[in-house]
Amino acid sequence: MIDHADAVIVGGGVNGCALAYELSKRDIDVAVVERDILASGATGRCGAGMRQQWSTRENVMLAKKSVAIFEQLSEELGADIGLRQGGYLVIVHDEEGMQQSRRNVELQRSLGLDVELLGRDEITDVVSVLDVEGMDAIGATFCPSDGHADPFKTTYAYAGAAKRQGARFYRFTEVEDVLTKGDEVAGVRTSRSDIAADYVINAAGAWSKQIASMADVELPNVPYKKEIMVTERMARVFDAMVISFKDGIYFSQQEEGQVLGGIPPPETVTGYDDTSTLSFLQHMSGTLARYAPVLRHVRVLRQWTGYYDVTPDARPILGEVDELQGFIQCNGFSGHGFMLAPIVSRVLAQRIAGETPDADISGLRYDRFTEEDFEREQSVVG
Amino acid sequence: MTTIICRCEDVTEADILEAIGDGCQTLDELKYRLRLGMGPCQGRTCLTLAARILARETGQSIEELAWQTARPLAVPVSLGTLEGEPHD
Repeated sequence: MIDHADAVIVGGGVNGCALAYELSKRDIDVAVVERDILASGATGRCGAGMRQQWSTRENVMLAKKSVAIFEQLSEELGADIGLRQGGYLVIVHDEEGMQQSRRNVELQRSLGLDVELLGRDEITDVVSVLDVEGMDAIGATFCPSDGHADPFKTTYAYAGAAKRQGARFYRFTEVEDVLTKGDEVAGVRTSRSDIAADYVINAAGAWSKQIASMADVELPNVPYKKEIMVTERMARVFDAMVISFKDGIYFSQQEEGQVLGGIPPPETVTGYDDTSTLSFLQHMSGTLARYAPVLRHVRVLRQWTGYYDVTPDARPILGEVDELQGFIQCNGFSGHGFMLAPIVSRVLAQRIAGETPDADISGLRYDRFTEEDFEREQSVVG
Repeated sequence: MTTIICRCEDVTEADILEAIGDGCQTLDELKYRLRLGMGPCQGRTCLTLAARILARETGQSIEELAWQTARPLAVPVSLGTLEGEPHD
């Protein structure tokens, strides 16, 4: 059996579903092929924060535009995405971190972001349960319009709106090959059928490298194992997402009242290993209790794992590749795929539809790594 | 229809039927859509009930349903207990 679509999206995470929405909105016939269920990869396992405090101009601009879309997304998609804007509080621990923070805030403000540098004594004005001494903090930065959305609600809202616009979703369907005709993409071979298409979009998260290699395109992406945990629910005690680039920790109190957060393991683990570890649980619990001692009394319900799809500069790989016309990359988000999905999906759809894109993503082409010098994003947690 | 299936997250049989009507075919999809099994009992109470409803409505057998992934912790434990060194 041969099926046809204008565009096939490989991967039903938040980016794949958002792309299905943005493309079908432009009357482009879309099919999403997902190996498991929607949001079953990194999307459904992530902290789902949305942050605009970045160290590179491009990420600040993209994140700002993404937040602007998030702010009206429930209305646009006709379903609640669980948006909460309680801000991101970035803890600073030493003079080196303070210098980077000053540079970041200066850059972010020059791009119109409302962000402030807080002194040591102002930290608990934002999150009262934090222990400044325990965190070994000398200051912080705070952006009140940063926040969080529900990754499940957001993904299903995008998918639902896309379906109403005619997009097709094939779950439990694996891509086995990317079909080509000369130097053009011709579609995909799946575990169910071939789907002929003019565009194939690789939004397969931590498995994007394998999908690309089916088309003889080599991506530099590496899967990093990440662990995360969640507590029982409690009454609201804080609104901001608290993060530290030095300790790598991030945690927030979610809509329902549970505290959810993660921290990198002492040693980086790459490759596909999804086992939960006691060492993570202890490291996270110890660090979280040091940051917010009152949380010692809260019980942990569950821990789980997921992958960051990491590129050499911790920034996504977006857009066309030279070798194969119509083969579009939407991967390598390095832990920031959820928060960038609204703007990235819109811009990729605009490019495919021949419209003027809302943002310039030419600096995120996959061939940038062949250049001698590329700018690495410094503001990474988890 | 107002029967509570997941007590931790207040999910009713009607909620589950609606989600199945929207295309949910697995217990994980019910979890993602409804938070079924995400509360303090981590599905110990609700999963078998939800599995029966899902099997009945979708024509699958209980045995062939993909179960939600079991993850630590076996029971809720306080952060204060976890932050200490483990005992042998």
